Amino acid sequence: MKSLLKAENLVSYIGPYTILQGVDIEVGHGEAVVILGRNGAGKTTFLRTVMGLVHTRSGVLELDGQNLAGMPTYAIQKLGIGYVPENYGTFDLLTVEENLRLAMWKEDAETMERRDYVLDLFPDLKVAYKRYSKTLSGGQRQMLSIARPLVNNNKILLIDEPSKGLAPVIIERVALALREIKKTTTVLLVEQNFALACAVGERFYIINEGKTVENGAMENLIKDKELQAKHLGI
Amino acid sequence: MGTLITLIVSGLAEGALIFLMASGLSIILGMMGVINFAHGTLFLWGGYAYMFSYYSIRARVILSVFPDAFQTGTQGGILRVTGVQLQAGQYLPFSQELLIFVVSILIAVSVVFIMGIIFEKLFISRVYGNAPAQILITLGLQVVFTDLVRVIWGPNMIPMSRPPFLDGVSSFAGGRIAHYNVFLIIVGATVAIIIHRVITKTRIGMVIRAGLQSPENVQALGINIRKYFTVIFACGAALAGLGGALYMPLVGNVVSSAGMNNQILAFIVVVIGGLGNFMGSFLGSIFLGLMGVGVAVFLPAISVVANVLVMAIVLVFRPDGLFGKAVNKS
Repeated sequence: MKSLLKAENLVSYIGPYTILQGVDIEVGHGEAVVILGRNGAGKTTFLRTVMGLVHTRSGVLELDGQNLAGMPTYAIQKLGIGYVPENYGTFDLLTVEENLRLAMWKEDAETMERRDYVLDLFPDLKVAYKRYSKTLSGGQRQMLSIARPLVNNNKILLIDEPSKGLAPVIIERVALALREIKKTTTVLLVEQNFALACAVGERFYIINEGKTVENGAMENLIKDKELQAKHLGI
Repeated sequence: MGTLITLIVSGLAEGALIFLMASGLSIILGMMGVINFAHGTLFLWGGYAYMFSYYSIRARVILSVFPDAFQTGTQGGILRVTGVQLQAGQYLPFSQELLIFVVSILIAVSVVFIMGIIFEKLFISRVYGNAPAQILITLGLQVVFTDLVRVIWGPNMIPMSRPPFLDGVSSFAGGRIAHYNVFLIIVGATVAIIIHRVITKTRIGMVIRAGLQSPENVQALGINIRKYFTVIFACGAALAGLGGALYMPLVGNVVSSAGMNNQILAFIVVVIGGLGNFMGSFLGSIFLGLMGVGVAVFLPAISVVANVLVMAIVLVFRPDGLFGKAVNKS
């Protein structure tokens, strides 16, 4: 299988600190891959490195064979990488509509169709369409955060801990939406909530202390209690 | 009552001028995180560019219409300003006076807009996220470009008259209202409405509002925010330049210390109005303008410290400003 996103022995840094110290991750077209690991393992930093928000020091980082290292964030996004940041990243002073419009590459008929699809996927957003996002609940903000990149025709969607801070009933709704999304889009999900990871992921990677330490099929991880205990503390 | 009306109109006019400076400063600080101590020099350059354009164009127009008009000598440094005075019975029609005034304002605003682009591209863009470097580099620009004004136009105060069609005074309810003050209030209100429309109705406005919270997340939506930074910095500079151009005829002279004095007022407005808060800048400017005029008349002994005192009180009791920060950074 030809990989869509490929990181090989990736090393990245923030100021004087080397955070990723050799990450190997490959995501194929149409896959749903989950990155797991304990707090501070480097999962979020990996997504931020892909987006160019954290600097790459060495290693390979490619999308569809194109080198991403050193590219500015806005240009990386334009290559077709949708990004759902940790803690929503929605804009308080913008309405739901404006949050979606700001994300659009262009406002043509195709984009509007995708927007309508997104609003059908998250009916809460349709109801709150004209409301400022600061007035939304945590769950609604997360939905908006996931919805935003979907208005474009992305090659891959990077999602950073969508379950963080949400009630279990909302997490279930997010899981349903992600299962729907992965039918049409390649997904790379960073998640601490093991149930959500299992519901979405087909393959997994575990990162520990900035390095990839395990990977395989999700069903194998679900069965392997020892591995779960060792790296995920479950 | 008459005195009160006169003071209110004067205060609102002062407030309108402060607003022109503070609104740009607030957005530059709130969105780009740039502590711009060069804002005062942009204001100053607006004033000098206006003065030079106005005198130069008007002298040429007068001499072309009235070759026998009085040459009243020259003053200034390298770029000397020629004074030309109309003889009794001679006058330029309103349309020409208006055109000279408008063109001079446009030249001043354009000069400072271009300076804003150059400042941002050459200096500011290198120090994003580095507050000490920003303070040093913008203070350096303030010093260098203020001294440059002294080199080009000389260190002495140059008289600056108001355009004849705005030079009058009218009586209203016992108060004496300068036409130029009314003009400043109209300009301030118009600019406020335009800025408000841009911020709430356009894509650049969406980027500004989003960027106030998180420039990083704006970039992650595929938007080159650095490009917007340049435009926003230049527009903030142009507003300061407009303020400078309109300020000099108000006080009747151009002098190189005007930049720093007005910059301090703008920073006080940003503090009391709330970072990046447009409405805060607007109301804060009006408050400071009215207070400044009131204190100057009733308590002149504390006129220098009054503004700083207000800022200190606000900082103690409401550190985010009277109207709060526009949004919390994330």
